[in-house]
Amino acid sequence: MKIHLPNSAFLGNIDPFLRSFDPSEPDKLVITSNKNWISIHPVVLSMVAALGLTVDSSCITCESLEAKSRHYLERMGLFKFLKIQSGIAVVEHEPAGRFIPLTQIKDSETLTKFVTEMMPLLHLEPKHADPIRHIVTELVRNVIEHSLSHYGAILSAQYFKKTNTIRIGVVDTGVGIWATINNAYRPKNDIEAIRLALTPGITGTTRREGGTEFNAGAGLFFIKSIATVNRDFFMIYSGKGMFKLLKRDTNSIRLHADPSKDRHSEHNDYPFWQGTVVGVDISLNTTEEFSLLLDLIDKVYKEAIKERKKERYKKPIFV
Amino acid sequence: MIDVKLVNFVGGFAENKDIARDIRLSKIIPALDEGKTVVLDFGGIDSATQSFVHALISDLIREYGNEVLEKISFKSCNETVKKIITIVVDYMQESD
Repeated sequence: MKIHLPNSAFLGNIDPFLRSFDPSEPDKLVITSNKNWISIHPVVLSMVAALGLTVDSSCITCESLEAKSRHYLERMGLFKFLKIQSGIAVVEHEPAGRFIPLTQIKDSETLTKFVTEMMPLLHLEPKHADPIRHIVTELVRNVIEHSLSHYGAILSAQYFKKTNTIRIGVVDTGVGIWATINNAYRPKNDIEAIRLALTPGITGTTRREGGTEFNAGAGLFFIKSIATVNRDFFMIYSGKGMFKLLKRDTNSIRLHADPSKDRHSEHNDYPFWQGTVVGVDISLNTTEEFSLLLDLIDKVYKEAIKERKKERYKKPIFV
Repeated sequence: MIDVKLVNFVGGFAENKDIARDIRLSKIIPALDEGKTVVLDFGGIDSATQSFVHALISDLIREYGNEVLEKISFKSCNETVKKIITIVVDYMQESD
């Protein structure tokens, strides 16, 4: 596998980075980087770390990093994660208010502990804390429950002062969305599976409306809705499919049960990612009250179920 | 009547679905089966995820029908928690 850390890779311009990923030769990992400057979304770091876990550290080649921002990679814990020496001496600072370094979560108890400890690190007001806690817990629980990944969820997050935005990346190297959704539906490809996973009430655990006792099929719809309402980017990449929610360009807030009606870009020809990658930006400037968002979700969710029920109605036969 | 003080099990942020299921199986269902009413006390909980609430109550609505909502009450919920409970209760009833 080869992965190149570019000059810049955030959700708005992440496409070339994803396209440059080479998944061939999965038993080794070669990491290269831009020589001058590396400015990347935490999801990029989470991807590199997640790949690193799947190969023996002796099979990881990390090009000597020359970019000034290589300290950032050290501080986020990338080299520790990859079990390789960076040769960088970094003075440790109190991380509060700045970032959550790369973290591996493999079970429910660790997640609960992490969420409890994480929120003070980000120094958030309740208005911001609610959506971010939801996003992190729902994404990581998805990994724990559905990915079947031996390595669990790899996440990292960072506050960007210039844009007043929290950026979050949660990545796994599990079975991927197509395999999960295919347990109950028959998506013809990765992007169709991603669209189904984003639809409220659709879960890979059952076709029954309302889900199972444990899964409703609402988690990703909630996250996409948070991003939609707040005009934030949201990106999900699995297999060869990539769906990116683009920023809302109107003032009117409208949620869609059908993700293809959202302002978005999608592709089904990306290099194959074994597992699932999710990146989210939460702008702290535009965060709407969480309770307003919940009202909208309630309305759209009920409409979506009604629509699906209606599609299954038997039609009268007129002769 | 039994009163389940959830904060004792999940702390201030109710997100652990495994605990939600345990509470449903070990406390709520036995009480309902004995004909008791159940008070789910959200006092001290500042937020809950939809997944937590789903794991806590969705199967009750499915198994006992929506009449079970006359036997369960939700106490000391803030605005966010009320809305999340409403979402789950609504979609479960729509899903009948």
